[in-house]
Amino acid sequence: MIGSPDVVALTKEDDFGDSFTDPCSLPEEFSVPLFAHAANANPWTKTSYAKFSKDFILVSEFSEQVGPQPLLTIPNDPKVCGTFDLNYFSLRIMSVDYQASFVGHPPGSNYPKLNFVADSKVVLGDSKEGAFAYVHHLTLYDLEARGFVRPFCLAYISADERKIMHQFQELSSEFSKASEFLKSGNRKAFANELEKKLKDLEYTRSVLHKETELQKMNNGCYSTQAIEKANELANVEKSIYEHKDLLRQITSYPSRKKDVDFVQHEMEKPADTSVIDDTLNSNHSDVADKTVETESESRKSSYTPQLIKAKSAKCFDKRLKTMEELCDASFFHQTLEQLNIIEKSFRGDLCLIYTSQIDRALLSKQSVTSFLFEAERDWEYGGTSTNFSISSNNPTVPILNISGEPLSLDSYTTCIDVDHIKPGVESMEGPPESSTSDITQETSEAADTETKGSFSSDKSIEAFGGVSPSSLQANYFDGLERKSKVSIASPSENTSCSVAVPQMTSDGNLVPMDAACCIGQDGFIFEEPLPELAQECCGDTVVNQEPLSLLQGDPALQVDYTLEESALAESPNMGLTFSELNTEEVAKINIEDVSDSTSFMSASTSSDQAVSPFTYGSALTLKQKKKAGHSALRFIRQYPFAQQAIFCLLSGRTLVILGVDEGTVRKLVNALFIFVPNLGKYGETVQPWLSSPFQLTDLQRWKLIGLQRAASPAGSSILHSLNRYSRYISILDCDNKTLRCPPYKGTLVSHLADHRTQIKRGSTYFLHVQGMLTQLTAKAFLYTFCHHIHLPMDINDQGSVTSRRTNFLLQLGYTVEESKIVHYLSELIKQHYIQGSSKGGNQSFCFNYTTSYLYKI
Amino acid sequence: MLRWILGGREAQGTVQKSAVLFIGEEQPKNCFTEMQVLKGHFDIVRFLVQIDDLRFASAGDDGLVLIWNVETGDCLFELRGHTQQITAMTSYSFIRGRNAHAALITASSDRTLSLWDPDSGNRVQNISDLQSSVKCLLVLDRLDVWLSGGNELCVWNRDFELQCKTVHHSDAGISAMVELPKNFIAAAMDKEIVEPVWIRYIAVMAMRHLADHRDTIHSLISINDGLFASGSHIGELIIWDSVDWTIQAYEHILWEEPAGDRQSEVKLKQIERSIQHMIISLSRYIVAAVGSGLYVFNVLMKSVAAYRKIAHDSSVLHTMRLMSCSEDGSVRMWELQDLPLPAEPASSGFFGMFGTFGRSSKQTGPPAKKIPEVPGLRSLELMGDLIGHSRAVQMFLSFKEKGLVTSSSDHLLIIWKDGELQSQLRSLAVFQKLEENQEL
Repeated sequence: MIGSPDVVALTKEDDFGDSFTDPCSLPEEFSVPLFAHAANANPWTKTSYAKFSKDFILVSEFSEQVGPQPLLTIPNDPKVCGTFDLNYFSLRIMSVDYQASFVGHPPGSNYPKLNFVADSKVVLGDSKEGAFAYVHHLTLYDLEARGFVRPFCLAYISADERKIMHQFQELSSEFSKASEFLKSGNRKAFANELEKKLKDLEYTRSVLHKETELQKMNNGCYSTQAIEKANELANVEKSIYEHKDLLRQITSYPSRKKDVDFVQHEMEKPADTSVIDDTLNSNHSDVADKTVETESESRKSSYTPQLIKAKSAKCFDKRLKTMEELCDASFFHQTLEQLNIIEKSFRGDLCLIYTSQIDRALLSKQSVTSFLFEAERDWEYGGTSTNFSISSNNPTVPILNISGEPLSLDSYTTCIDVDHIKPGVESMEGPPESSTSDITQETSEAADTETKGSFSSDKSIEAFGGVSPSSLQANYFDGLERKSKVSIASPSENTSCSVAVPQMTSDGNLVPMDAACCIGQDGFIFEEPLPELAQECCGDTVVNQEPLSLLQGDPALQVDYTLEESALAESPNMGLTFSELNTEEVAKINIEDVSDSTSFMSASTSSDQAVSPFTYGSALTLKQKKKAGHSALRFIRQYPFAQQAIFCLLSGRTLVILGVDEGTVRKLVNALFIFVPNLGKYGETVQPWLSSPFQLTDLQRWKLIGLQRAASPAGSSILHSLNRYSRYISILDCDNKTLRCPPYKGTLVSHLADHRTQIKRGSTYFLHVQGMLTQLTAKAFLYTFCHHIHLPMDINDQGSVTSRRTNFLLQLGYTVEESKIVHYLSELIKQHYIQGSSKGGNQSFCFNYTTSYLYKI
Repeated sequence: MLRWILGGREAQGTVQKSAVLFIGEEQPKNCFTEMQVLKGHFDIVRFLVQIDDLRFASAGDDGLVLIWNVETGDCLFELRGHTQQITAMTSYSFIRGRNAHAALITASSDRTLSLWDPDSGNRVQNISDLQSSVKCLLVLDRLDVWLSGGNELCVWNRDFELQCKTVHHSDAGISAMVELPKNFIAAAMDKEIVEPVWIRYIAVMAMRHLADHRDTIHSLISINDGLFASGSHIGELIIWDSVDWTIQAYEHILWEEPAGDRQSEVKLKQIERSIQHMIISLSRYIVAAVGSGLYVFNVLMKSVAAYRKIAHDSSVLHTMRLMSCSEDGSVRMWELQDLPLPAEPASSGFFGMFGTFGRSSKQTGPPAKKIPEVPGLRSLELMGDLIGHSRAVQMFLSFKEKGLVTSSSDHLLIIWKDGELQSQLRSLAVFQKLEENQEL
C-alpha cells in the first residue's frame, strides 16, 4: 500500500513536560530535531535498502517519443547511482507531473495560447527503492514538441526522507533558481526559434504567392492546382498568424509574469510591488538582452529562410532538441552550476546541514560582532540565510509523519495518494503497524467526494507544496475575500493563466482524496498516464496550504528572484563561494582530524608543513583556521607563556614574532592567528613574514607580525624599531624562546589555552577556541551596548562613567587585565558599528602604558 | 616600592640628572593612550596651525598644505600651489559680510604668499612677485592688517594689497615678530631686535635697534601687555618692557659643567645652549627650550623656577605648556614639583630596569648632583612621554581634550588622544546611531 512502509505510527511525546520550560534551553527554532530512532541504532548507518551511495540530482524528461527518460545526474558519476534504476525512477517522478501547462486552442480562441505556469514542487517517497526525492517539475517550450511544451523535472534524490522533508523549503528555493535559469534561457531560445520559423513562413508565403499567381496565370483561377496553392497559402497565412501570436506571448512574458507577481506581492505589501516588479523586469530583460541579444542578432542576420511546409508533421522520427539546445547554452551551464551547488550544499548528514543552517541563521543576527572572530563565510552568505529563518520558524514544509514527529494535519498540506495496486503485498513490505489507515481515516473525514478524478501513484506519498496555477488563483481570490483592499486584476487575465484547471471546491481547503475512490484505477495510470487526467487531479488536489505562505511572501519565489538577478549579474564561476567551501569542509573533517591527531602523536614536522594561509589576496577559509587549531594546540603545549601571548593578541597589543628561520616564524604565526580579533577577510591584520623594519603605521595595521632577525644592517634597524616601539608591542623571540609582554594572571585565557588540555585534535581545539571567543564576544557586546554604563548622568560626569565601566567589567567577573580584552573588543565593535564594515582609512590605535616582563621557557 | 628595594637614597635636592631621563613604560599620568597616524606629506612637516575647534593645517618642505579634521583624522583638503617649501603659515580670520571667515596665509621659498579658503580648498589670493621669501607672518587683528617679514617688512591689508614696506634690511632678514602695544611691533633680525615699528598711518619705520644680544635671536615672544622676551643662540634670555623697551631681566643660561671636564666640553656646551623656542605657561612662566634642556623662568620673580639641563637626547625644538618635543623623536610631558622628596628624583630612572630586556641606555649610579643656590627652585619631573615619530618632532599643537597633534621630519603627523575619553565619545556615537536607526 502506498507509503505504508514509510509511515510510522504517530508517536506522541509525553505531555507532562510541557509545563516546565528550562530557562537555559535553546529557543525552539535553534534546536536540532533529535534522531528519531532513539534505541540502539547507529544514526549514521546507511539506509539498508538504498541502492545508491549518496544523494544525487536527477534531471529527467517526459519525452513524447520514448516516455520518461533520465537525462543526466549530478554528480555525473555512475558509481553514485549504483544499481539504482534511473529509468524506473524517472518514470515514477514524471508520473506525478502536474501537467498544468496547457497549450493549445482554448475554447473561444483561435490561436494557441502559451501558458506560463509556475513550477510544481513535490516530495515523493519510494520505500522499495529506499529513495526519497524532492521533485521539481517544469516545462520548457519547444516549437517542435507536442503542444509546444516539453515537461522536465529536476529531482533531488536522497535515502534520507527526513532530509527531504526538513530541507523542503531550501531545496525548493534552490531548485527554483535552477529552474529559473532554464526557463529564462528557454524563453529566449524559443523566441529565437519562433523568429526563424516566422522568417521561413514568410519566405514560404512569398514563394507560394508567386506560384499561386503563376498558377492563376497559367491555369486560371479555379484550376485544382490553383485552389491547392491557395489553400496552402491560406494555411501558411494562418500559421504565420499563430506564430506571431506565440512570439508576442513569449516576448511579453515579463509583463505577464508581473501579473502573477502582482498578486503575490499585493498580499503582503501593496505599496512596494510596482517598484519591485519594475526592477525585476528591467533587470531580467537587461540581463537577457545582454547575454542573448548579440547572439540572436548575428543569427538573425546570417539566417537564410527556407521553404517549409505549412503543416508541421507529427514527427516521431525527428530528433528532439536536447536540453542544452532548448535553453541558451550559457543559461544551461548556469543551471548545471546551480545544480552542482545544490548537490554540494545538501551533501552529508541532515544534522550537519541543519546545524550549519542554524549556525548561519544565528550568525546573520550577529552582524554587529561577527567580524571579530567568525570565519569569512559569514559575511558572504548574505541574503539567502533569510530563507532559513522563515522555514525554521514556521515550517510550511509538508511534513509527513514518517519522520516520527507529531503531525497536525490541519496545518500541513498533505495530499496522500493511496494506491491499491497490490493490496496483498503491503503487509509484507512495511512494518505491520503501518499507519496508512490512520491517515486515511483522518483525512477521509475531511475528504470530499468530488475528487473522483484523482489518480494516485504507486506506493508514494506526495505532498504538493508548490505554486500551481490553481492554488495561485485560489489564493488570489482568498486574498480578495480576506483583504478587500487588494485591487482586482481583470478576471480574464487570471483565467487565461489557468484555463483548464477545474474549479476549486467551494471551501477551498484541505482536499485529500478518499482512499476508496482510487481503487481500481491503478492499471489505468500506468498503461496510459493521460496528461489531462493528471492535470485534473492536480488541480483538484492541490491542497490549499498556500495562502499562508503567500501571505508571508513565498520565500522560495521571492528569494529566487533576487538571487537570480545577482547570480546572473555575476560571472558564472563566482557563484561557488560559500557552499563549496562549506561542504568540502564537511567532507574532509574526518580525514583532517585523523591526520591531525597522528601528526601530533608523532610530533613531527611533516604534517605541519608551513603552508601559510596568508597567500596574498586569497580569503582565509574555515579550513585553514581549523588547521591553525592544530598548530595552536602545539604552541600551547610547547610554550608555557602561551597564555600571555594570547592575552596580548586578544587585548589588541601587537605581537611580534622574531626569529631567524622563516618556517618557524610562519608556523608560530599560523598557530596564533586564530586569536586575532577582527582578522579580516584576507587576514589583513596579520603579517606572517616581514624582513624590513616596521613603521608606526604597521602597528596600526597589523596585530600579529612575523619578523626576520638578521645580522645585516637592515637587521639592526629592525631591532632599533623594535626597541623604539617596545611599549606598543610584545615580542616573542622564537630563537631564544622568550616572550616580552605585560603580565597576565587570570582564568579566562587559561581556560582558552590550558597546556594540560585533554583536547587532542586541532579542529576540536579550534571549536573550543571559537566557543570561548564567542562567549567573550557576547560579553563585549553586552558591555558595548549597555546604556547605563556609558552615558554620563550629566555633563560633568566623565569620572563616574569611567568608574561605572570598571565596575561593570568587574561584575562580569573580569580582572583588570581581562577587562582590557573586553574593552578592546568593545572598541572594535563600536568602530565597526559606527563606520560600517568598510574600513575607514584612519583607524586610531589604542594602547596603554604598562610595564612588560620577560618570560622564559 | 621599587625604589625601596633598590635603595634609592640619594643626595637631597636633586634637580637634574646628567644622563638622559628614562621614564619606563608605566605612565599612569599619561592620558594619551590612543594615536592616529596621519599620512599625506612627502617631506618634513614643519608647521601646524589651528584653524578652528575642529580643523588644523599642516605644511612643510614639500610645499603642500593639508587641512585635517582633528576628530576623525580625515584629510579635508590638499592645498597645492606652492612649488617650494613652506616657510611660514598663519591662520587669519576676517569678517566678510556678517560671517567670520577663517583663512590661511602661507609663505613659501618660491617667494609667493597665498591666501587659502579652508572651507573650499581654493587659493583665494596669491602674490608671486616678492623680492625675498617670507620667513614670518604676523596678523594684527585689531588693525585688520597683516605683516610679512623677510628681508624686508611688508604690511598688507586683507585684500592682499601692499600698504607699505620697510627698506631692505639685511641678508639675515626678520626671523620673528611680536605685536606690542600702541601699534608697535618688535621684529628680531639676527642679533638685534629692530624694535618698534610704527604702523599707525600705514607707514613703517624702525624706531630703535636694540642690540643687546650677542648672538642670533631665535625666539621672540610677547609675555603680556607690558613685557616681551627674546632668546638668543648662546642662551641669553632677555625680558623687555614693551613700552619703553628697557631690559627688565637678563638671564644668561650657562649650564653648570662638571668640574673635571670643563675645558673639553666647553665648545659643545655652547652649541647646546641655544634658545630655540619659548612659550608662556600659566601667564607667569617662560618655558624655554635651551639646547637639549628645558628652562622654566618665572617672570614675576624674575628668576629661574626650574630647569632640566638634559631633557631630551638632542635639541628641543618646540615647547608647549610643560611639554617639549625634540630631535630625538619624542615628546615629553613635564610637571613642576614643589619640593622634591628625598628619595623621589631617582625613581623615574629605575622603572625601566626592571623586567625589561635589551635596555642599553639604562641608567646606573647616582648622577652628579648640584644643589642650586637659587631659592624657590622647583624640580621639573618627567610625567610621561609620547613615542611614535621616528625622526625629529618639529612642532605640536594642542586641541585641549580633543588631542595633541605632532608633526615630524618623518613626514607624519600624529594625533594623540585620550583613549578613555575617545572611548566614551565612541559610545555616545554608537548610541546616537542606534537611535537614528531606531534599533534601540
